[in-house]
Amino acid sequence: MDCNWNDKYGAINPDSALDFLPREQLRALQSQRLSAMVALAYENVPLHRKRMDELGVKPSDIRSIDDISKLPFTQKTDLRDTYPYGLFAVPLSEIVRLHASSGTTGKPIVVGYTREDMDVWAGALKRCLLMFGLTRADIVQVSFGYGLFTGGLGLHGGAEALGCTVIPASGGNSERQLMMLKDFCATAMACTPSYFIHLIDTAQKLGLDMRSFPIKVGVFGAEPWSDQMRKYIEQNAGIEAFDIYGLSEIAGPGVGGECREHDGIHILEDNFYPEIVDPKTGEPLPDGEEGELVLTTLGKRAMPILRYRTHDITSIIAEPCACGRTVRRIRRIGRRSDDMFIIRGVNVFPSQIEAALMRVAECSPHYRILLERKRDLDSVTVEVELNPDAYTDNIASLEALRKRIQASIMNIVNIKIDVRLVEAGKIERSEGKAKRVVDLRKI
Amino acid sequence: MTEILKQVSVFLENTPGHLRKVCSVLADAGVNLQTLTLAESRDYGIVRIIADTPEGAIEALSKAGIAAKLIDVVAVEVADRPGALLGILDKAAQGGLNLDYMYAMTRGINGNPLMIMRFGDAQKAAEILK
Repeated sequence: MDCNWNDKYGAINPDSALDFLPREQLRALQSQRLSAMVALAYENVPLHRKRMDELGVKPSDIRSIDDISKLPFTQKTDLRDTYPYGLFAVPLSEIVRLHASSGTTGKPIVVGYTREDMDVWAGALKRCLLMFGLTRADIVQVSFGYGLFTGGLGLHGGAEALGCTVIPASGGNSERQLMMLKDFCATAMACTPSYFIHLIDTAQKLGLDMRSFPIKVGVFGAEPWSDQMRKYIEQNAGIEAFDIYGLSEIAGPGVGGECREHDGIHILEDNFYPEIVDPKTGEPLPDGEEGELVLTTLGKRAMPILRYRTHDITSIIAEPCACGRTVRRIRRIGRRSDDMFIIRGVNVFPSQIEAALMRVAECSPHYRILLERKRDLDSVTVEVELNPDAYTDNIASLEALRKRIQASIMNIVNIKIDVRLVEAGKIERSEGKAKRVVDLRKI
Repeated sequence: MTEILKQVSVFLENTPGHLRKVCSVLADAGVNLQTLTLAESRDYGIVRIIADTPEGAIEALSKAGIAAKLIDVVAVEVADRPGALLGILDKAAQGGLNLDYMYAMTRGINGNPLMIMRFGDAQKAAEILK
């Protein structure tokens, strides 16, 4: 009977009920939660109070969800500047969990959760897993890193809340990951898409065919991934791949997920309210228009966040989804406003390069983009590994292939980018977020 | 003598130490190199190797994560006198064979040099050059 939950024609699992609220009821809930959250933030967090005072906004001005655009934005730098506990709205005695960003530049960003926040988070993840068609009967291997990163422990809590059998594999040791997948009969795995591709490759090297494994669902997040990567994963592992969206500043994974229609990511907007704004001016944009995603937490007590600038570029899909959920969707995130690079005056997103590479059948999904400065001129080089069969013995055909890849990139980004064919295994395989762009420019 | 041999072709980046790594993997696997030639482009090269155990070479290289392929090539004995190679090339041209590349073995046969030649179709080439 479990298998009919959330089926298009089946009953709704009670745990997913909030995904299906009538819009009016959902808006009423959002309005109520927003005013309570703003009051909490104003009274307890000096930064939020100062910002609101500067704009002349009082908590009493926030009566409906439509008033959200009156509120100030929160930037990543605000979380850094208030390191470690400056944005907490409750005393530390109420905090039961801390997580932190990897902190590639300077201090990390610290986030806290109350007991209730942990339940909200696990509940959100549970709803995402239900969207993916998982039930308590599933065996979920969590291969996101455990520790300060929200991925591992987050998914762990969500899968456990759903009643799944959880394998807390954490990241690393690919051969062992494959052994567990196979021997423990995992039916689902959660990790970054690039790590999963690495596992597919490792399996092939070991003479294993992942299509014969019991796994049927992949839960992928923490980095943007293309439709081509999805196709590669689904074909080579024989699974259905789902996008899970989240960021530590807001909660971690579980802010939203893809339903089985695979047409955008449902944001669980009763907890996490999405807006799209113009990345330059901050002006709100209507549903359907592309811009920067801004998120507001509606149900978090430890660290309420007002209008967080995610830097993720997407648009909101307001049209009802075929799955029947009323929570709105965003388009899958392919690019961020801050990983874009500008070369000779042209804006280039790594996702565009990836799309161009995947159009050439001989290219593997392993690539990186090197930015260098040669004699005061920016230069971009794309290093790409080929699929094993494509390493021919013939220089002329390899050179022709290299030119074809170059032309494919030229077609999409309209500038000439150097392409370097590299040996299989040369590009570092990531266990967390794949690092696609290496900026060697010293400016 | 005309014979089809298995050549080991390895894709390598043009950076210091890469050829050394290939040779060290093969040495550790006890593979004896009979000849080796390098073809290069700007960023990468292809090392072509004739070894006593081509399959052993491929296995050792794949285990070390180095992309390698077995390619059929034709070993042709060329008499040690003027015009001998010309005669072979004539035969090849008449038979419609296109030569991709050619290099010499370090050790010859019967006191004659041995040339390794790569054509699109090794079987057909071996027939024609017999």
